[in-house]
Amino acid sequence: MSTETVEQLEVEVKETESLLSKRRRKIISDPLDDDNPITIQVLGICSALAVTVKMMPTLVMALAVIFVTVFSNLIISILRNVIPNRVRIIVQLAVVASLVILVDQVLRAYLYDVAKVVGVYVGLIITNCIIMGRLEAFAMGNKPWDSVLDGLGSGFGYSWIILAVAFFRELFGSGSIFDFKVFEAIGWSSYQANGLMVSPIGAFIILGLIIWVQRYKNGYVEH
Amino acid sequence: MLESLFNLGIKSIFVENMVFAYFLGMCSFLAVSKKVTTAFGLGMAVIFVLTITVPVNWILLEYILKEGALSWISADFLGVDLSFLQFIMFIAIIAAMVQLVEMVIEKFSPGLYGSLGIFLPLIAVNCAILGSSLFMVQKEFTLSEATVYGFSSGIGWFLAIIALAAIREKIKYSNVPAPLKGLGITMIITGLMGLGFLSFIGIKI
Repeated sequence: MSTETVEQLEVEVKETESLLSKRRRKIISDPLDDDNPITIQVLGICSALAVTVKMMPTLVMALAVIFVTVFSNLIISILRNVIPNRVRIIVQLAVVASLVILVDQVLRAYLYDVAKVVGVYVGLIITNCIIMGRLEAFAMGNKPWDSVLDGLGSGFGYSWIILAVAFFRELFGSGSIFDFKVFEAIGWSSYQANGLMVSPIGAFIILGLIIWVQRYKNGYVEH
Repeated sequence: MLESLFNLGIKSIFVENMVFAYFLGMCSFLAVSKKVTTAFGLGMAVIFVLTITVPVNWILLEYILKEGALSWISADFLGVDLSFLQFIMFIAIIAAMVQLVEMVIEKFSPGLYGSLGIFLPLIAVNCAILGSSLFMVQKEFTLSEATVYGFSSGIGWFLAIIALAAIREKIKYSNVPAPLKGLGITMIITGLMGLGFLSFIGIKI
């Protein structure tokens, strides 16, 4: 906590900080690895598992989450000094829900096939803990531009993990990537698709293994 | 009629379990499953809130949000379709209900309030709650089906979190590789538990 306040003071002293200073680059890069929303902070697991059967819906979901984190962080950060502390959860939910409605309507209008697959889970972005977590932990106490960067970082940190999970699940579960039949293309047409990867269980196990590898690399240990 | 409701109940507890089939409510499922007693408290609160919010949201959908639902006020509203407001209305109802439940419990049962206390507000952002309401829309239930669905989804979630908490209490004493400790091993255990729940899929109801 104390280091954060020191940083904030410094920001106010030097008004002419560049748009992508070292500190700000760190805000973006931290959630990608050392402070990843899914593997380290344990946020947003539900949707991470539910939509990752195929790459295409996963990509759409990732873009939707990036959009919502960036703009909800921006809006809440702009409003942070006028939101009464007691009703902040409701205000945050209202902002997030409006953004999610926007995403949902756009998806239904332009990508109806994907919208049918992702369906319920787009609505569940509202209760995605990454978004609420970043709003509470970052946007309520930081300036708009920093909050936008934090939203971008968290969104991308979330995206690369779910894309990694989807990659393995689609490759082994359906033998394809973005519906392109990989195994047939390399001449192994007798590949038997692994049904376990399509079912929820595959998602749990793949994510567990990704967490293992990722934490082994960055040395994070939970007690 | 009764038979089909009973079947729906069994189906949503075991076959379509909120956690193992739909991954809903995973955040609190993973975060609050370190001890059986706290898991029990949260599970009870979830059952309670689900049993109330799903039917209430059903009423809201049927009489206000659906296309033509407002015709009970006047025939002029026949063409009005407010279903794009679904998300925001549902989450508002859930937040309000959680607040209400919190106040009622605080007033009438301070003991229970003490043990549930911190978990109650958390339920508002538990995706199992919002998820059930959204599935209720997708599956086009009647009011009694919606009530049974809410209650039994809650039971299913409750069973899952109790089981996981019991396993995690034991695994604390095992020699797990350091990077796999905590979340990693919990994910894999949840996967194995899901494998067990898969055996219910064969049941034809």
